[in-house]
Amino acid sequence: MGAKTGLWGGDAFVKILTGNDLASGDVIWWAGDGWSRQVSDAADVGAHGDDLARAEEAALRVVGAYVIDATLGEDGVRPAHIKDRIRAFGPTVRPDLIEQPTEADIGKWVI
Amino acid sequence: MYRYDSYDQAIVDARVEEFRDQTQRRLTGALTEDQFKPLRLMNGLYLQLHAYMLRVAIPYGTLSGKQMRKLGEIAGKYDKGYGHFTTRQNLQYNWIKLADAPDILAELATVEMHAIQTSGNCIRNISSDQYAGVSADEVADPRPWAELLRQWSSFHPEFTYLPRKFKIAVIASDDDRAAMRLHDIGLKLVERDGVVGAEVYAGGGMGRTPMVAPLIRDFIAEDEIISYLEACLRVYNRYGRRDNKYKARIKILVHEIGVEEYKRQVEEEFAHMRELGLNPPVEELARIRAFFAAPAYESGLSDDIDRSNPAFALWVDRQVAAHKAPGYAIVNISLKPIDGIPGDASAEQIGLVADLAEAYSFDELRVTHAQNLVLPHVKKADLYAIWQKLVAAGLAEANLDLITDIIACPGLDYCALANARSIPLAQKIAARFAAAERQAEIGELKLKISGCINACGHHHAGHIGILGVDRRGVENFQLLLGGSGAEDASLGQITGPGFSEDGVVDAIEKVTDIYLAERESGERFLDTYRRIGMKPFKEAIYG
Ligand code: HEM
Ligand code: SF4
Repeated sequence: MGAKTGLWGGDAFVKILTGNDLASGDVIWWAGDGWSRQVSDAADVGAHGDDLARAEEAALRVVGAYVIDATLGEDGVRPAHIKDRIRAFGPTVRPDLIEQPTEADIGKWVI
Repeated sequence: MYRYDSYDQAIVDARVEEFRDQTQRRLTGALTEDQFKPLRLMNGLYLQLHAYMLRVAIPYGTLSGKQMRKLGEIAGKYDKGYGHFTTRQNLQYNWIKLADAPDILAELATVEMHAIQTSGNCIRNISSDQYAGVSADEVADPRPWAELLRQWSSFHPEFTYLPRKFKIAVIASDDDRAAMRLHDIGLKLVERDGVVGAEVYAGGGMGRTPMVAPLIRDFIAEDEIISYLEACLRVYNRYGRRDNKYKARIKILVHEIGVEEYKRQVEEEFAHMRELGLNPPVEELARIRAFFAAPAYESGLSDDIDRSNPAFALWVDRQVAAHKAPGYAIVNISLKPIDGIPGDASAEQIGLVADLAEAYSFDELRVTHAQNLVLPHVKKADLYAIWQKLVAAGLAEANLDLITDIIACPGLDYCALANARSIPLAQKIAARFAAAERQAEIGELKLKISGCINACGHHHAGHIGILGVDRRGVENFQLLLGGSGAEDASLGQITGPGFSEDGVVDAIEKVTDIYLAERESGERFLDTYRRIGMKPFKEAIYG
């Protein structure tokens, strides 16, 4: 955080794929070759997100998969919408519950 | 308390096994999500922001110690050690694994609980007054009727696919502690010429089109309540707006055709129902009522309370309410500690309250629509011992109906439909007004927050209400003043442009300052607002 170049300015816009693990319900992110519980592993799915989502749902690895906008910068992947950042981080009022992404200042990362 | 008979138990057990099979078929791919979703929703299982969420019904808000203990055990064993008590007298678990859901339902069934009809377009959990059976001013205990309605509405084949969800509340006092007139149907038990019956209100609700339910019948005798409701539901089922989800609630129907026309159609249907003889036998109501007989109160108890400990005295003054039996009291347990999450309780806290109910309250407790808990039958002589245990468990906040006793929906921290986070805002407001003297000075002030227009946090009915909106991807909050969910029900009015999270806390402070400056003796915030109107508040906030 705190990059002097402007918070997320100049970052690349990417599409990433997220959903919930079918059996556990955990929030998961498509990492290119499988699913990860860390948003920092999320891979750019380009224009293939929807096809991938349907295939992975059919393979029972994910439920409710959907493609979202994100930015990719020196601080890693950051979902564009606060809702997906809260999904990535967990409830902002219970940070104790969740494995956190690697950013140091997670509060600023979410809001 | 009501106990399941063999039919109740068999139905619930069969339902668990059915869901176990459905879940298995989902996990092995025999069912797609499109096929499975309506099945899991019928069993209270949602897919929420972070995980599956299970909503468990607490019928009319009454629980035994054993049931409460089970809720705590499930929170510890299958969830992350806590549960969330909601404005609909339900409990939500936020971190459920699909594979565990059948086992959880099986555990609930062992204590006569379930999650059936906690979702979907059916008649939902019947809500009631948390002081039912113990307040001095009630006409009768409303819970036998609530239980009768539960049995009638459970798996009612005609009302399983209504145009939209349907919520019923039953009360029996002039003080409305259940937001009765903000339900699709509200019943208020009354007595006329020695006969108990009900006033019937229909077409209330919150959400995007809030309405206070109008009275549609000023008396229906108790033995005809079921067939009258059957008629109300039939008219709604036939003419409710199935074409538009946002116009499908009964409130829209009543509003669009008009109260008089709705009443006329209901009466016509009712005349027809009467001929069919569909009312349950009076013996059934008598059978149910026997379960709610008052416990064996001891006589000759003292009403004295030793108030020498000031913190205890403060808690007694705020949290303890009058009980109808001499020597007894009603204890309200706050789930609103200043830095806590409104309505959340840890597995340990839930277990402790279960113990207290067993040891001190004839094995009974209640949950309230304001997201608090109640021990309904406590000896005054035991208050101090109870208080000490609550203090040790972080449950002794003395803020009932004060500005920090905030109702807040889960908001964007948990809910996939949310625009904004409700809980952090509730925490900021509570922190700002934390000082006990300041809260006492302000007096009764019901503050309610929803994270979106669906109004799960009853913001329309708050003396001060807050609604989270999305302003180009940024959380924003609208402020409403003048709502009430009580017997003086009214809907709050929006003050004007919305605020940031910190901005809304400042605005509330300005609002309470105006109230303190303008109030006349004996006035609550709501009374002052109703007397002086919106203008002075608006000027203070935006001026
Ligand atoms: C997190 C999962 C939840 C979802 C998806 C959800 C969804 C909704 C929706 C869509 C409505 C509007 C229905 C309509 O107007 O037709 C609604 C209303 C409501 N919900 Fe929730 N809700 C959730 C949690 C809660 C919680 C936690 C509470 C209690 C704190 C609650 C209590 C209510 C109440 C009281 C209403 C207003 C009923 C009315 O419109 O008359 N809900 N909910
Ligand atoms: S009011 Fe909106 S944000 Fe709050 S729980 Fe209901 S649906 Fe979710």
